[in-house]
Amino acid sequence: MSVIAFYIAAVIAVVTTLLVITRKNAVQALLYLAVSLISVAVIFYDLGAPFMAALEVIVYAGSIIVLFIFVVMMLNLGKRATAAEAMLLRPRMWTGPTILAAILLAEIAYLLAHGSTGASAAHVIPPTEIGLALYGPYLLGVELSSMLLMGALVGAYHLGWHKQPKPETQDVHREHATSPDAGRGPVRTGSGRIVGAA
Amino acid sequence: MLVRRNLLFILMSIEIMLNAAGLAFVTAGARWAQADGQVMFIFILAMAASEVAVGLALVLQLYHQNESLDADAANRMKG
Repeated sequence: MSVIAFYIAAVIAVVTTLLVITRKNAVQALLYLAVSLISVAVIFYDLGAPFMAALEVIVYAGSIIVLFIFVVMMLNLGKRATAAEAMLLRPRMWTGPTILAAILLAEIAYLLAHGSTGASAAHVIPPTEIGLALYGPYLLGVELSSMLLMGALVGAYHLGWHKQPKPETQDVHREHATSPDAGRGPVRTGSGRIVGAA
Repeated sequence: MLVRRNLLFILMSIEIMLNAAGLAFVTAGARWAQADGQVMFIFILAMAASEVAVGLALVLQLYHQNESLDADAANRMKG
């Protein structure tokens, strides 16, 4: 029975991934991307890797999608945000992802109710074995990935830190110091409006 | 990824490709009943998380610089 669950999740994963890369609206693509990641998590659960399924839901569908949504929210500032908000509440936006996610939820509820953790898999790998492998032969990789995460943290902080105060102060100083030349006026007011709205 | 010029969609496509690579690793690990595939998936996960953090910070910087998410609008480093 869990072979059928695998095929349902696989079809949903392929269809939602195709929908992600063909959507024009970023938020709609993100909803489909979340459903795609959750269906891949169901496939992991079916393959006998429940720990990877949990990590997929927590890290990918939890934090990375939320990060994308934060960026989309920050990019849609101003008057366009309210129009986009009104557009997002239409049923056409969220019915597709909701139906697919409901299918996945019914599937995972069925799998959990029947207690068949990876009946199609030959061998379920418990998290204990992964931890032993992670801190045994892969200890160097763990250290390297921790350094990578630290570098990403510092890099993202550095890139995001100069974003807010720097253009505003530069614009203010430039406008006070020099007379506003006609050529670059609209650009400056445009960026100033965006920063002010932020 | 080469057709779409929106930076957000490029990052999403990178996520999809990394996810596909991780799925291949986990499937291979399940096929040979080894934990190595899942360990590799954890590394891919860490790499994807750090990549998307730095990438989205860069996207925000580019958007504040040239008011556009078009990847072709950022073809000049010093615009």
